[in-house]
Amino acid sequence: MSAAASPVQILRRIASQEAMLAVAIIGLAIVVGFVNPRFLSANNLSDLLLGNAYIAVAAIGMSMVIVSGNIDISVGALIGVLATVSGSLAVAGYPIAFAWGAPLVIGIAVMAAQGAVVAYLGIPSIVVTLGMWSILKGGLISVTGGRWITDLPNSFHLADVEVFGVLPMPVLIMVGATILAAIWMRFWPGGRAIYAAGGNPEAARLCGVSPRRTTIFVFAAHGFFAGIAALMFATQLRVIQSTTPAGLELVVITASVVGGVSILGGVGTVIGSTLAAVLLAEIASALVFINVSPYWTHAVQGSLILATVIADILRRRRRLGAA
Amino acid sequence: MSEAGPPRLEVRDIEKSFPGVRALSGVSYDVHAGEVHALMGENGAGKSTLIKIMSGVVQPDKGAILIDGLESRLAGPDDARRAGIATIYQELLLFPELTVAENIFLGHAPKGRFGRIDLSAMRERARALIASLDIDELDADETVGRLSVGNRQRVEILRALSHDARVLIMDEPTAALTETDVRRLFDIVRRLRARGVGVVYISHRMDEIFEISDRVTVLRDGAFIGTRQTRETNSGELVEMMVGRRIEALFPKVEAPLGEAVLEARDLVAKPMTRGVSVTVRAGEIVGLAGLVGSGRSELAQTLFGVTPAESGEIRLNGELVSIRSPAEGRALGVAYVPEDRGTQGLVRAMSVKHNFSLAGLNRLTWLGFIDRAAELKLARDAVKQFDVKTSSLDEAAGRLSGGNQQKIVLGKWLANKPRLLILDEPTRGIDVGAKAEIHRLMGVLVREGVAILMISSELPEVLGMSDRVLVMREGRIVAELPRAEATPSAVGAAMMGDLSGRGQAA
Repeated sequence: MSAAASPVQILRRIASQEAMLAVAIIGLAIVVGFVNPRFLSANNLSDLLLGNAYIAVAAIGMSMVIVSGNIDISVGALIGVLATVSGSLAVAGYPIAFAWGAPLVIGIAVMAAQGAVVAYLGIPSIVVTLGMWSILKGGLISVTGGRWITDLPNSFHLADVEVFGVLPMPVLIMVGATILAAIWMRFWPGGRAIYAAGGNPEAARLCGVSPRRTTIFVFAAHGFFAGIAALMFATQLRVIQSTTPAGLELVVITASVVGGVSILGGVGTVIGSTLAAVLLAEIASALVFINVSPYWTHAVQGSLILATVIADILRRRRRLGAA
Repeated sequence: MSEAGPPRLEVRDIEKSFPGVRALSGVSYDVHAGEVHALMGENGAGKSTLIKIMSGVVQPDKGAILIDGLESRLAGPDDARRAGIATIYQELLLFPELTVAENIFLGHAPKGRFGRIDLSAMRERARALIASLDIDELDADETVGRLSVGNRQRVEILRALSHDARVLIMDEPTAALTETDVRRLFDIVRRLRARGVGVVYISHRMDEIFEISDRVTVLRDGAFIGTRQTRETNSGELVEMMVGRRIEALFPKVEAPLGEAVLEARDLVAKPMTRGVSVTVRAGEIVGLAGLVGSGRSELAQTLFGVTPAESGEIRLNGELVSIRSPAEGRALGVAYVPEDRGTQGLVRAMSVKHNFSLAGLNRLTWLGFIDRAAELKLARDAVKQFDVKTSSLDEAAGRLSGGNQQKIVLGKWLANKPRLLILDEPTRGIDVGAKAEIHRLMGVLVREGVAILMISSELPEVLGMSDRVLVMREGRIVAELPRAEATPSAVGAAMMGDLSGRGQAA
């Protein structure tokens, strides 16, 4: 072995998923900017980030869940429920801090409970979370009857806050949460445990890492990020639709997977998933600016998923031999 | 018992290599009609590969296959079936939701009009087959999932007979059977022999070989060692054929001064496989744990490490009574366990070499809750140097390394934790000779530092060559304890296989 990185390794590091995503984000902006300069206007770029930051935040938790070898389908419905709960509390006159805190607590509780079922009953997470998705989605419509929540107090709108008068809160949260989560996953034993449990639960267990506790923890963390995402989602408009945003869970999973999180577990970073969330939002917006029907957005996202998953599988095969 | 005429099935001068391994070379074997020909050898001797060649699953690189004296090619399992060769593997290949009759005739059910399966004819023929073997209690309409293991195996045999099998290959058919079921199986095998079926019988159990077989062939390291008439041989000769005389040459034993007892386990019970086991290992001592696959050795190791905590009994470490209820507790008490199966139990293949090395000791590598990356890097660098791991970089995915280097990482990961008791489960299985010697050398270094080692190995030469003391397990109990001087291949082999005439038998 050699301590000094060879040129090949340096190249390999440069060609990481994160770097490729960053290049794609900038490259796409330049290309679309040539076709339609209005795409690069400050207004559009800020709309693009503000409107999608919550997806990136939700994808942080999703990435942790997928790295740990699980998946979560319920997050879209949960965000819808949490947004509604938060808005209802604010309208009902509870203190704003309470209205902001409730979705975090409930998010953690719901997800941790799902994690416990997955960990201790050994039921595949896709089944558990699919059930929860259905419960939340059906429950929300039954309870609210699909009524919109209006007359939200002005102080409720977290998304309107601008730090230092320039930096919009959602972008700050997105960047801050990503960095903190990335540091935690990389530099904390608990973060390393996620990779170990997702890469090989049996080996992790024999090393004294509890895959069960890791699973519950990861789901709880995912619930926390879902709570923050719900707040960002609820406070960005003057009304809350009190239905679940259709297909949100798929967008979140797409961001994770395109961001380089291996669907097989054990590999991936939250920086990648946040960059991917930005790229996906950029693509959706770009299609509008180059006069392509927005209906193509899904097709483009789908192609990206397939391309990254195939690349991931091929890379794994080459890297790890036949197994 | 063998008849005149060509053998039913014969293989001549078979050679087979897999990437990096020569599995078989120059192996010949035949089975006549109305004969039981046993096939013996240690794990890795090439028995499985030979079975696969005879049942058409694997193609030989060289050599001939003759069926009734005619050279044939078995290009796939279908060819073998058409030639009348049926194989019963250790893992039974049945469909638990289907009935006995449906399982027997799966793929070749009697057909009625328009290709419809003729259920009544199928049942009729299944009953006839069952009657022909006098298996009264087997109901053709019963769902297979509800049958005992013994009866499931009978269904497999019936399936083979439904294909008019004239050669039946049985791979360790008694491994999962109770004593009564073994008796019944032997009745069936004798009946088939009388009917003119040639039986290839693989087993590790000496007493079975002598009871049921007419001839025995021994393989070792992929080579043909010899064929004997069962009547004219004995277990001592067979064990020596299996093991060879290569022990002292290969395993230079490091003499280390023995210290205090590090591990004292008394009457450990963890059902179903650990049934009252007492073990003592002293500092600087290597205790070898011999036994057949399924004798409960790995289960004992996992109980000592807390994977499957003991239900009763006591464990003392350096005299102190402890309870070990999880691997984390075992680790905290200075117990290390290097599992048998690196791929599934030892290594996180997608993780880097560096992170694998630090995984077991991560809690000691932290500073204010952070992973101390400098300390982690140093640990990995030192370990790579100490264990001579061949890797292009510390950031290489561990799964890309060769088997021997992977094993060194699994071992090194635990040694970074400075254990007082090291439990090694098949430490050198499936790695090349050089890496093997390296791991044996490391074990010598460790005992000199006062580590107590409990080593499980299915390779008798390794057990005999490395151990200060040999314990033999059978059916969840320690059945023999032999000091180094008395641990001869025949004594250990006899205890392993339950041959009561062997020496060193404990109560």
